[in-house]
Amino acid sequence: MMPLRPSDRFGLLLALLALALAGLLAVHPRLSAEAGARRTAEAARLVAELGLTDLCLLPEARYTRHLSQADLFSAFQDHPGAMDHFPSGSFLAPPAGLWQAAP
Amino acid sequence: MRWLARQRAFLDFTLLSLWRRKGKNAALILAYALVVFLVASVMFAVRALRTEAANVLAGTPELIVQRMLAGRHETVPESYVATVKAIRGVSRVTPRLWGYYFNRAAGATYTVMAPAGFAHGHGEIVVGPGVARTWLSPVDGQYLFRTVAGDSAGFVPVEALPEDTELVSGDLILMSGADFRRVFGLPEGFYTDLAVSVPNERELETVTEKIQRALPDTRPIQRRELLRTYAAVFDWRGGYVIVLLSGAGLAFFIFAWDRATGLSAEERREIGVLKALGWDTADVLSMKLWEGLTISLTAFLLGLIAAYVHVFLAGAGLFAQALKGWSVLAPRLDLTPAIDPTELLSLFFLTVAPYAVITLIPAWRAATTDPDAVMRG
Repeated sequence: MMPLRPSDRFGLLLALLALALAGLLAVHPRLSAEAGARRTAEAARLVAELGLTDLCLLPEARYTRHLSQADLFSAFQDHPGAMDHFPSGSFLAPPAGLWQAAP
Repeated sequence: MRWLARQRAFLDFTLLSLWRRKGKNAALILAYALVVFLVASVMFAVRALRTEAANVLAGTPELIVQRMLAGRHETVPESYVATVKAIRGVSRVTPRLWGYYFNRAAGATYTVMAPAGFAHGHGEIVVGPGVARTWLSPVDGQYLFRTVAGDSAGFVPVEALPEDTELVSGDLILMSGADFRRVFGLPEGFYTDLAVSVPNERELETVTEKIQRALPDTRPIQRRELLRTYAAVFDWRGGYVIVLLSGAGLAFFIFAWDRATGLSAEERREIGVLKALGWDTADVLSMKLWEGLTISLTAFLLGLIAAYVHVFLAGAGLFAQALKGWSVLAPRLDLTPAIDPTELLSLFFLTVAPYAVITLIPAWRAATTDPDAVMRG
């Protein structure tokens, strides 16, 4: 048997990586779809049943736990001049109005 | 066919040349893959969270009415319920009782809620998955709460909310309305806010206006605002995401700059020798193009695979820590894959193509100089 040329070996490696990626992108979402749909449906049911408003993603401060319910100046809500001292505050984009130039 | 054989020979040569400097090139691929990994992880997590938020929060109340006092959230008196209910288009008004309880021993803040029609009795609670994990040492199977009066109240956890609902219920504790009022000292006839049901979506704007006219001290929050908030949080252009992406972008720029500004003495000598042996400029450029493609394609595939495994198979540990912040409750990110092929394609063109092209610039400069001058440095 002829020894493999470097380009063959590299082609093989690339094909293996591409195959692994294709497997992950095409097969895994299908396999996990059922569990994912069940999870989403269960969470959506609880949201509708209890009238929940927010995701429990950033539980460290009141205004990050309930992002949609916090007042509009939440970074300063503890006392006037209080800066946002929780790391998750940095996840939030500034209010849309701040992006627009002042008239 | 001849062209193909020729390119294959170039690739063989390039791979052997890369192999000669394997330490340096392996480090380069690893660092490059790390940049792709970071960008792709953010991309995967952001898209999955946005999709999840939109699906899960679709059933949230159409309208939440808060009362404001001196610019801050205040409790709503019962009389507001009748006022809102009288507005045409409103089918149901549910007063909500909820708040936050800080457990000093656990160092965590929990969301306590008293849903209407709580199925269990006095002294009983239902806990979310994160609460069961973090609440330290229940006494005699009871969760002890310090009430507003300063005494302790024990609650028996009779049910745990399903693990599958953790994304919305991780820190949730449910109890009866009477227990809620006892713990927090909220007087009868007052609620945290109102959940308003407006079946006809087109009437929502009018209903909102009417509520604000009838009750000027209230702040109505529409469901679409709520969904917009989450769309904004997981936006490419905002907050933490932009910080992560800027870091990755900067790292990539440094790579590209390093490649674009010059070749090592060894690489220059190699080009000089090749030119002296009869390679023309186009041959040298072909070789360098293959070199750029080899490195960037390998790094792209490795980075993307690692990102997928990180976000969808390993619970996005990197982001879970960032989301946790100073909180004791770490959210479990069990994300359902949601991938946009356009984003993958953009990532490919933004990482592979520029790198492959940028490697050509210094090679072209060296290849167009006299071989003797190149070899002498």
